[in-house]
Amino acid sequence: MEVILAILIGVLYAAGIYMILRRSLVKLILGIIILGNGANLLIFLLGRVVKGSPPIIPADSDVFQSVYADPVPQALILTAIVISFGLQSFAIILVKRAYKVVKTDDLDEMNAIDKDS
Amino acid sequence: MTQQLVLYPLLLQMFLSIVLMFCWRKISWQRVISIVGSIINVGVSIWLFSYIWENGTQIVLAGNWKPPFGIIFVADTLSATLVLLTAISGLAVSSFSSASVVAARLKFGYFPIFHFLLLGLNGAFLTGDIFNLYVWFEIIIISSFVLITLGGEKAQLEGSVKYFTLNILASMIFLTAIAVLYGLTGSLNMADLALKVAAIENRGLVSITAILFLVAFGIKAAVFPLYFWLPDSYHTPPSAVAAIFGGLLTKVGVYALIRVFTLIFVGDQFIENIILIMAVLTLFSGGLGALVQNNLRKVFSYLIICHIGYMIAGLGLFTEVAIAGTIFYLIHDIIVKTNLFMVSGLIFRMRGTNSIRNLGGLYADYPKLSLLIAIPLFSLVGIPPLSGFWPKISLIIAGFQAERWWVVGAIIFASLITLIVIAKVWANVVWKEKKELPVRLNFRYFDKLKTIRKAQMIAPMIFLSLVSLYIGFGAEHIQQVSSRVAGELMDNQQYIEAVLGKEQIIDHEE
Repeated sequence: MEVILAILIGVLYAAGIYMILRRSLVKLILGIIILGNGANLLIFLLGRVVKGSPPIIPADSDVFQSVYADPVPQALILTAIVISFGLQSFAIILVKRAYKVVKTDDLDEMNAIDKDS
Repeated sequence: MTQQLVLYPLLLQMFLSIVLMFCWRKISWQRVISIVGSIINVGVSIWLFSYIWENGTQIVLAGNWKPPFGIIFVADTLSATLVLLTAISGLAVSSFSSASVVAARLKFGYFPIFHFLLLGLNGAFLTGDIFNLYVWFEIIIISSFVLITLGGEKAQLEGSVKYFTLNILASMIFLTAIAVLYGLTGSLNMADLALKVAAIENRGLVSITAILFLVAFGIKAAVFPLYFWLPDSYHTPPSAVAAIFGGLLTKVGVYALIRVFTLIFVGDQFIENIILIMAVLTLFSGGLGALVQNNLRKVFSYLIICHIGYMIAGLGLFTEVAIAGTIFYLIHDIIVKTNLFMVSGLIFRMRGTNSIRNLGGLYADYPKLSLLIAIPLFSLVGIPPLSGFWPKISLIIAGFQAERWWVVGAIIFASLITLIVIAKVWANVVWKEKKELPVRLNFRYFDKLKTIRKAQMIAPMIFLSLVSLYIGFGAEHIQQVSSRVAGELMDNQQYIEAVLGKEQIIDHEE
């Protein structure tokens, strides 16, 4: 399971960075989304993947009896997902607006601000 | 009353932004609430600072979870100082923006978002939890995205696409770094991390994690190979927005670097060398970049980068004198850079352009205001006894003590370049003969503004110039603060003890 997840995360990071490096604005957003998912999975993986043992202390004991699934990474991922969701929706609106005003999807064409100086 | 004092600056800003949201369309109300709220905020921050100064580091546990389990807020002298500086800059920019930002922009929630930005800044300075720091960073960048795009002009949108991309990338790298760090240690509390990271045997992994943090915060702080987003975006939004960005946003990156590399990743020679090399290259590239620009705000943007180099250099040298220099520079820089961007906004209002080639004759038209403009400009260069001079002495002394001649050379070179740039700006903008510029239609020139609006623009500059002068002439007091901060930072046991309590540290050692 860990190996599969590690490979998947690697692919997601690579794909995300590749997409960000493209010139198209739409691919930029896709890249950011993929990279975000990669980062979330990375937190999940590095919090150690444990199967079938929720973090519940048995009634007749004061401490955990065996290895348990750490709940903290899941809380972190939840927070990160919500934040990246907000950022991504802002990104989509920004790109749409920029496309309407600048009338291009190509990042190399977006250099009007460098000309007036 | 004082038990939760650490949280008051946060709660006040949150309260202000929520109240402001209820007056969405009533701009004149918003102006008053924002300015009055900012004045109260300065009072609260002074209270917090003086309390910390007398009683030492204070902590607040969220939900009363014992550290290292819950989120924790820690106010040591560095945090309290930065919260105070944020409040001072915030007050100045709040007054300045109510006069200089056009009503069309204010109608779309400028002030609520502005106070959310200040909330994020205060949170980032006060938190003691690395993931919570990430959350505050996100609050900062989301607010800054709104502020930088508000108005939606062509140049603004182009600038903000770049700003947006690089900042999101920095956040992703930061998140990755947190994930790796959590995988290594299983903790998020910074004090606890300091203990656990020091105990890890695989130093290679620790160094790689440190590099991830360095890259993430390096993008935010705009250091040498990672700064290209800054000069492309900071001259596009209204100058009030640029003032708060230039004064505070890059400094959050510097603060995060200082915090992480004095508390968690300490004593790694490899990282310190990288930081020093980055600092020197930042000093060179920022200074030389400023030299060739023609747009006044682009010049100031490059100077931001150049002067980040000083702070990072102090961090890289990593002696008590050097860190004191860094802190002193941070204090001086926040005030002066905020003031400078407001100056560029004022010049834009007077002349309708920021192109240095086309400006001129300011002294002939506005002699008193020119003298006011001179204070931040020459404080930035550090002509003694103005404020930029004193921290450079500490940095140069630290460089000599560490026998890092190339760092000393770079610091002196960057000061010289800054002097040339500012002399060029002063000669061209203030002393050169006035050029006839085409009159811009539908543009509210400074002379046509109402007296109250003029006062709202000039008063914050006078206020910040006075603070600058105080930093320069009362350098002894600021030096006391920075020395104390440096002492606290160099000895990270103090911070750890304040957060975790003595018993836990002994437990850990056993």
